[in-house]
Amino acid sequence: MIEIDRITKTYNGVRAVDSVTMTVETGTITVIVGTSGSGKTTLLRMINRLEEPSSGEVRINGESTLAVKPHILRRRIGYAIQGHGLFPHHTVARNIAAVPELLNWSADKIRARVDELLTLFSMEPATFRDRYPAALSGGQQQRVGVARALASRPDLLLMDEPFGALDPVIRTRAQEDLRRIQQQLGSTIMLVTHDMEEAMRLGDRVAVMDAGRLVQHGTPAEIITRPATDFVASMVGEVERPLRLLSLVPVSDLVEAGTAEGEALQVGASLRDALSACLWTGRSAVPVEQDGRRVGRVTFDAIRARARVHP
Amino acid sequence: MRIGTVLRPALVLLLLALVLRPAWFTPVFAPFAPQGGPVIYDRVSLLSLSLSHLGLVAAASAAATLIAVTLAILVTRPAGAAFRPLSRTITNMGQTFPPVAVLALAVPALGFGAGPTLVALFLYGLLPIFENAIAALSTLPPATMEAARGIGLNRWQRLVRVELPLALPVILTGIRLSVVIALGTATIGSTVAARTLGEVIIAGLLTNNTAYVLQGGLIVGLFAVLIYDALVQLEVRLARRIGAQSS
Amino acid sequence: MTQPGRFVSAPGLLFAALGLGALLAPFMTISANRIVEGQGVKVWSLAGAGETLVGIVAVTVGLALGVPRVWPRLRLGGAILGLAGLLWLLMQGAPALLDGAGEYARVSPAIGFWCLFTVLMLLMADALADLTPGPFARAGLLTAVLSALALVLWSGALADLSVLQEFASRKNGFLDAALRHLGLAFGSLAAAAVIGFPLGVLCHGRADLRGMTLPVLSFLQTIPSLAMFGLMIPIFSWVGETVPGAQAIGIAGIGFAPAFVALVLYSLLPVVGNTVAGLASAPPAAIEAARGMGMTPGQRLVRVELPLGLPIILTGVRIVLVQNIGLAVIAGLIGGGGFGTFVFQGLNQTATDLILLGALPTVVLALVAAIVMDILVDLVRPTPETTP
Repeated sequence: MIEIDRITKTYNGVRAVDSVTMTVETGTITVIVGTSGSGKTTLLRMINRLEEPSSGEVRINGESTLAVKPHILRRRIGYAIQGHGLFPHHTVARNIAAVPELLNWSADKIRARVDELLTLFSMEPATFRDRYPAALSGGQQQRVGVARALASRPDLLLMDEPFGALDPVIRTRAQEDLRRIQQQLGSTIMLVTHDMEEAMRLGDRVAVMDAGRLVQHGTPAEIITRPATDFVASMVGEVERPLRLLSLVPVSDLVEAGTAEGEALQVGASLRDALSACLWTGRSAVPVEQDGRRVGRVTFDAIRARARVHP
Repeated sequence: MRIGTVLRPALVLLLLALVLRPAWFTPVFAPFAPQGGPVIYDRVSLLSLSLSHLGLVAAASAAATLIAVTLAILVTRPAGAAFRPLSRTITNMGQTFPPVAVLALAVPALGFGAGPTLVALFLYGLLPIFENAIAALSTLPPATMEAARGIGLNRWQRLVRVELPLALPVILTGIRLSVVIALGTATIGSTVAARTLGEVIIAGLLTNNTAYVLQGGLIVGLFAVLIYDALVQLEVRLARRIGAQSS
Repeated sequence: MTQPGRFVSAPGLLFAALGLGALLAPFMTISANRIVEGQGVKVWSLAGAGETLVGIVAVTVGLALGVPRVWPRLRLGGAILGLAGLLWLLMQGAPALLDGAGEYARVSPAIGFWCLFTVLMLLMADALADLTPGPFARAGLLTAVLSALALVLWSGALADLSVLQEFASRKNGFLDAALRHLGLAFGSLAAAAVIGFPLGVLCHGRADLRGMTLPVLSFLQTIPSLAMFGLMIPIFSWVGETVPGAQAIGIAGIGFAPAFVALVLYSLLPVVGNTVAGLASAPPAAIEAARGMGMTPGQRLVRVELPLGLPIILTGVRIVLVQNIGLAVIAGLIGGGGFGTFVFQGLNQTATDLILLGALPTVVLALVAAIVMDILVDLVRPTPETTP
């Protein structure tokens, strides 16, 4: 559990981060979202003390981060940034091994860990281990950057706009990969972004920052249906509100018995996908499939009704 | 910066005094002169040596700038592209030739006097200017060049109105490097009988008169430092203007 | 624009034209002794018709091979053939011209030779630029060229040339001068590295120190060399006279010590400046990542900044080495020894051969140093040049 306790950063009398308090549960993803200058990156950088807080403190599993030297602290916290920051003169393997090397792991242990992570990120170790970052694609570089941040099994992974430099198609895949890997490893992640779509897609909890203050902290559904301020509402976007909400609910929630014509959806798809399929093909119901077997259908009316029920 | 505003005029005054009223400094240099020997160099007026020295440098640098920038423009056009690798090799290797050696090698070819010095200064001065001009002309912002083509400027207009003005600060850096080297090499030019301030230093070395050495060294050093400084200021100002324009 | 065609190299065409023109200029000079002005001899009257024809044909064919653009190797071969032709002409011409010309007569290469030599070297460089040999290939090539040069000089094939006669009469002095010259150039480089490298590392971490150090060093660099060497004289004679024991270890107004210190002062800017620039050349994101993963400043320096900055730092060393080999010539004026002694003696006596005896080795030394350092810089590049 990560506890952020009244943390404040002042630059020349201006409060870049103003007394932010929040708690992050172990094994969840918390996305901090805000416009540029909202203090979101400063907040993140105070957690691994790349910025020293002016006041307040952070506790990781009950222990204050001020109790250890900053560089020792940082070795326990993964850090992935926009533009990956890989060392251009080191191979992929050495890049991933950077923190384990700092922690003096044995060579065998490091090698095993590197291969394990490459496999996890769908990169064949034998192919990629000895490549240099310059010989990788943008998406591969970014994956190696995240793998490096996870190498020493950190208590917490901090990510600062990790997908900011990727094009939309690769970004979506990277987000799915991150979700999958986080669930597999049970990692605790704090991620900063300016993209509400990304926040909704990745976050178990979303924290919205505005002018140095934490204005709302809750589940994506809460943020959409009960925005705390006008600023949060504008970040969510009035027009897109219902669609964002539907994208949070899986089809399985509304599956009913019965049949329907046309191409089927998977149970894991969202209601937004179902709505889209209805509109595009002019159907009033779409069949739902699980493991290649039809399990029922979801109707246009049910979706409409669901969109009106604000939890 | 604040140190500069005080130091700069002080150094200029010191230099002027050293050149125009050398006798004032007799008490300063006396301890370095040999027993009973002359303290202040008076075989030729220091002013005429200074003018001749600066004249050589100015003539050589002006000629070098003209030729080097012209060559750089030719080489950076599509028609001159075949000469690009060669010009890179020549600037790379040419600058490893020590200036003194160039001067010394000019003597067998041209004899003694101002001639070989001028030629050596010119030849050596070409390289830094050429190198910087090529670098500047071939790394102009592509978006600006596209825009210049897009608004319908022809090749010549693009060169005169866009490329050269944008390249000017970097070319000027090359000219500064070239001038500094030329000032130093011209000093040595007095060993091949060119009339420059090096004469004072050489006379001091030949007669074991440290007062002469000090006097000549100070004047040449001050000239170099002040000219260097003036050129740096000019570059900063130009670069700021271009920076302000583009933003 | 009109292109000179896909098959013809424009520089090659220029070299051929210049080279053929240079063939018409005097190729060698012969003079009655080492001081008086000589007489130019055209290439076709150097020696017997048969011998000279071989050389002229080799040079002409060499130049012609430089023209086609398609095979850079052929152009390289042409340059080598042409240079061999020049060497052959010198070897044939020198004894033939000296024959019966008197005891003190001297022959030397003239303007025609030097122009052809330059043109052929440029052809070689142009062909090599096309071939872009790797560092090891260049090292091999440099070794081959230097061995060939050493072999020619050692064999005595050119012993009749006036520069080499000048050398023969000063063998011991030449060796001393060479050692002294190298001592000045490399010694001052070592001292500058010992001072400048830590200073550069300190400046990297501290902007205030950097803001003070670099301007001072660049002003030092601006002072003309003769003035700098001259200004050292009063300082060192004062030290020599006042500090007990200083004179015993050779510190005096003139000589090795003031020259050495002047060179060190000149070397500091490239060493410090390039160390600072090299350490700052690591991508900002990589530095941020290094900080974020918990590297201490020392670990960051050793593992990230230093390896990434090494090429730039070594480039600073290259600048210093080449610059000092040249500047060490000035030491000859203040009794510091080195090849400058010959140059300035030669200028005093208007003895061209003596000037060349000092200047040519300096130029060769500087060129070799530059090429070797370029190879080293290539070898320490941290990542192979890969384009994804």
